Amino acid sequence: MLRVTRTLVVTLAALAATGAAAQDKVSDNVVKIGVLTDMSGYYSDLAGPGSVLAARMAAEDFGGKVLGKNIEIVSADHQNKADIASNTARKWFDEEKVDVIADLVSSSTAGAVMPVAAEKKRITLLSGPATTAFTGEKCTPYNVHYTYNNWALANGTGREVVKQGGDSWFFVTADYVFGKSLEEDTTKVVKAAGGKVLGAARHPSPGTTDFSSYLLQAQSSGAKIVGLANAGADTVNSIKQAKEFGVTPKQSLAGLLVFISDIHSLGLDIAKGMYLTTAFYWDLNDDTRKWSKRFFEKHKKMPTMVHAGVYSAVSHYLNAVKAAGTDDADKVIAQMKATPVKDFFTKNGKIGPDGLHRHEMYLVRVKSPQESKAPWDYYQIVKTIPPEEAFPSVEAQACPLVKK
Amino acid sequence: MSRLRSLEALGWGVLVAVGIVAPFVVYPVFAMNVLCLALFASAFNLLLGYTGLLSFGHAAFLGAGAYVTGLAAKTWGLPTELAVLSGTAVATALGAIFGSLAIRRSGIYFAMITLGFAQLVYFLVVQMSWTGGEDGLQGIPRGKALGLFPLDQQLTMYYFVFTAFLGAFFVIHRAIHSPFGHVLRAVRENEPRALSLGYDVDRYKLVAFVLSAALAGLAGSLKAVVLQFASLSDVHWHRSGEVVLMTLLGGMGTVVGPSVGALIVVALENYLTDVGSWVTVITGAVFVVCVLSFRRGIVGEVRALVARSFTGAGRKRSSSSPSSSG
Amino acid sequence: MNLQALSGQLLVGLINGSFYALLSLGLAIIFGLLNVVNFAHGALYMMGAFAAWMMATYLGIGYWWALLLAPAVVGVIGVVIERLLLRRLYGLDNLYGLLLTFGLTLIAEGLFHHAYGNSGNSYPVPEFLQGGVRLGFVYMPIYRGWVVGVSIFVCTLSWYVIEQTKLGAYLRAGTENPKLLQAFGVNVPLMFTITYGFGVALAAFAGVMAAPVYQVTPLMGSSLVIVVFAVVVIGGMGSIAGSIVTGLGLGLVEGLTKYLYPQASSVVVFVVMAIVLLIRPAGLFGRER
Repeated sequence: MLRVTRTLVVTLAALAATGAAAQDKVSDNVVKIGVLTDMSGYYSDLAGPGSVLAARMAAEDFGGKVLGKNIEIVSADHQNKADIASNTARKWFDEEKVDVIADLVSSSTAGAVMPVAAEKKRITLLSGPATTAFTGEKCTPYNVHYTYNNWALANGTGREVVKQGGDSWFFVTADYVFGKSLEEDTTKVVKAAGGKVLGAARHPSPGTTDFSSYLLQAQSSGAKIVGLANAGADTVNSIKQAKEFGVTPKQSLAGLLVFISDIHSLGLDIAKGMYLTTAFYWDLNDDTRKWSKRFFEKHKKMPTMVHAGVYSAVSHYLNAVKAAGTDDADKVIAQMKATPVKDFFTKNGKIGPDGLHRHEMYLVRVKSPQESKAPWDYYQIVKTIPPEEAFPSVEAQACPLVKK
Repeated sequence: MSRLRSLEALGWGVLVAVGIVAPFVVYPVFAMNVLCLALFASAFNLLLGYTGLLSFGHAAFLGAGAYVTGLAAKTWGLPTELAVLSGTAVATALGAIFGSLAIRRSGIYFAMITLGFAQLVYFLVVQMSWTGGEDGLQGIPRGKALGLFPLDQQLTMYYFVFTAFLGAFFVIHRAIHSPFGHVLRAVRENEPRALSLGYDVDRYKLVAFVLSAALAGLAGSLKAVVLQFASLSDVHWHRSGEVVLMTLLGGMGTVVGPSVGALIVVALENYLTDVGSWVTVITGAVFVVCVLSFRRGIVGEVRALVARSFTGAGRKRSSSSPSSSG
Repeated sequence: MNLQALSGQLLVGLINGSFYALLSLGLAIIFGLLNVVNFAHGALYMMGAFAAWMMATYLGIGYWWALLLAPAVVGVIGVVIERLLLRRLYGLDNLYGLLLTFGLTLIAEGLFHHAYGNSGNSYPVPEFLQGGVRLGFVYMPIYRGWVVGVSIFVCTLSWYVIEQTKLGAYLRAGTENPKLLQAFGVNVPLMFTITYGFGVALAAFAGVMAAPVYQVTPLMGSSLVIVVFAVVVIGGMGSIAGSIVTGLGLGLVEGLTKYLYPQASSVVVFVVMAIVLLIRPAGLFGRER
């Protein structure tokens, strides 16, 4: 019975799709993709211009056209400000016929744009931000959280580090919503794995350059692991000064959100030995190497997981538009959720009804300068975390869209 | 001189007409944003241009207005007008407290004290939980004007803001052209002299400060309703710097100058969003060019030009202190 | 109260205080003589750090030479700024100087961001100063000790030159009455240029000192500059000794705050400033004019 109904539904959906295609349903005769990112601030290296490039590459590789209509990429700088992000999104939807917004690095900007997009029935493809709640309490029907989230980071790094004996933690946390939620998520994981948390020091962010006093607190706590619940320049400075003050190698650092761009700017000598979780690394296999080398030729830097995620998300979106025969958000998002993702980014990705893209994550260890054989040869893969372990299950998320 | 007056009246007429048709020409939210920041800059100008006090902490009033309005509309469920009023009221009260302490100093010290207070407000906003930290206070309902007209309609919202703007602008205009305004200018030109003439200078300064804070708060309150958003950038010191730029660019001590400045700055921000780091460079260059060559600002320069061609009075280059005439 | 942790925090505070002192010293000298509020100080500090990094990366010039050359290069840039731009604003309200230098800051930060991105670059600690010593209550990196030592030395030297020598006497006279000094045959405009160049070089010097400790990024000076302003205002605008002592003192206060209530560490400076100004309008060491 069940199977019959399902077949019926699929057939109906297919019928609906062909019907739509016949009517040629691309709004405004163009599929417009907006990349809303931080072009000049703290996150501009890990997202920013690289994300715009990734979206462009995705459009070009698709042939520049979908359903016979042009694909257009626009971009804007949200300066990490929630108000600018929400204004730009509103303007894009109202005035410039943007169909989908990608990247949205930094959680505050994504949190501001998602409700606007939902209200206007447009799709958001989050690649940069981290907040787990985007597919939990704050979920919207038109959102895909594509690349990573706090839960995955906390889980990947937290659980593995405890397993390897790092069972007492002290956090150095950026004093804002992202940092605090990352600290919270990791605390849960550490405790669940049998470790204990000895304390946390919160620093103002952005704007702190000297972390020595927070690191001293970490040092005097005697914890085996110092968890860095911050991002970008904050993390980089923390790592650098941890070495300076002799926190490492006596205690170990666990970078909860570290990008390859951070490692590149720190240098291996300072970063070596650190564990971190990432959704993408350029040197995983032939596919990743091939794509990344192309990216590198244009950008002069290897892609971060955000960049790769933007490319993959945009491609997946365009494929869904093609398959659904329309750029109507309801149909496209249904198509995106119904189709597994299979490309260089993931072999085995699925977008759940809550909008979370579940795919493999990788726990890596940063190589020492001696181990590194070539430029950008930075990570050693410690463990490939399968999708069902890497991300929270649909049931564990509190997304109101998903009826239990 | 009377030809200048009628020219000014004509200018006003044009301005109101432009304001009325604006939402049909440009994106209404953009227009509303301009109006709010124009009001903010005009309020600031009341202090800098007419009283000679440079506040480097005006973001505190804008932000306080925005956050309190958001709280009132969203959490307390007050109707829009009352929410805006409560935002303005809190900004006014804040202005009274900060003002009474800050006006005891002048010049760069005054600027630094106001900056200090504004940083304190910023810190409180970051720390208090109801403000939403860097996520900002989101989803502020627009409500209905007079309980009848839903403000979700962009045009209705626009005219609501425009009306408030005109009202506030009228208040500023009256204040400047009243005896009170003349005393303020006397204080700016020569404080000891005003003092010796028997004016209670501090009281005048305080009233100007509070009025300026109140109007800045009103601007913030309206902005919060328009964008349905109160965010940290409203209380950040960059905002305080930005309003100086607007005022300087448009013309310090001129009635419409700050509005022109606001229009230009908002337009720059709006249309240059995809050039990334060049925005910073361009803004910086505008600053430098302005300071070096257009110290009177756009409106100030145009006015000097007009005055020169009509009366010949401005032929000798008037001094380029911040005190070009009101 | 954990006495050991507290002393550790105070020591770290002192280290930060040395940077404040170096930066506020330059700011105070410039304000004292030129009556210019040099908002670009943070950007010039950043440029000092970048100059050191660029010398190491492109030319292979090491830390010790950079310590000398980077301030010289940035100092020359300062001279150009003074000659071409600032000079036109003398005699006007000092608000204009503030705005001009604010604009220059934006330009510098934007250009460096465009060229180098924002993650920044690592500058290694010179080999000679690597490692650290255990001081009983805290592990002290040798380099940080060096920072404190050098900064106090440079500050004392500058103070001595300005307050105790003939050159300094000219400078101080120029602050009080430039016209009179000109009448005595001193080339005042040249003195202004040199002073600005020197103040700027001090900022760049602090930048080189900071390069091995902090990541070299375009925004490294942007949040620092208003703190340093506050330091100068608390010390008393134009007071050399005031800015040095306040710089170090405020580092300590900040360290204490980081121990007691870390979230407030970025705001405590402004609270202190507001209180000081309300009680002593001219700052702790300033004279009422």
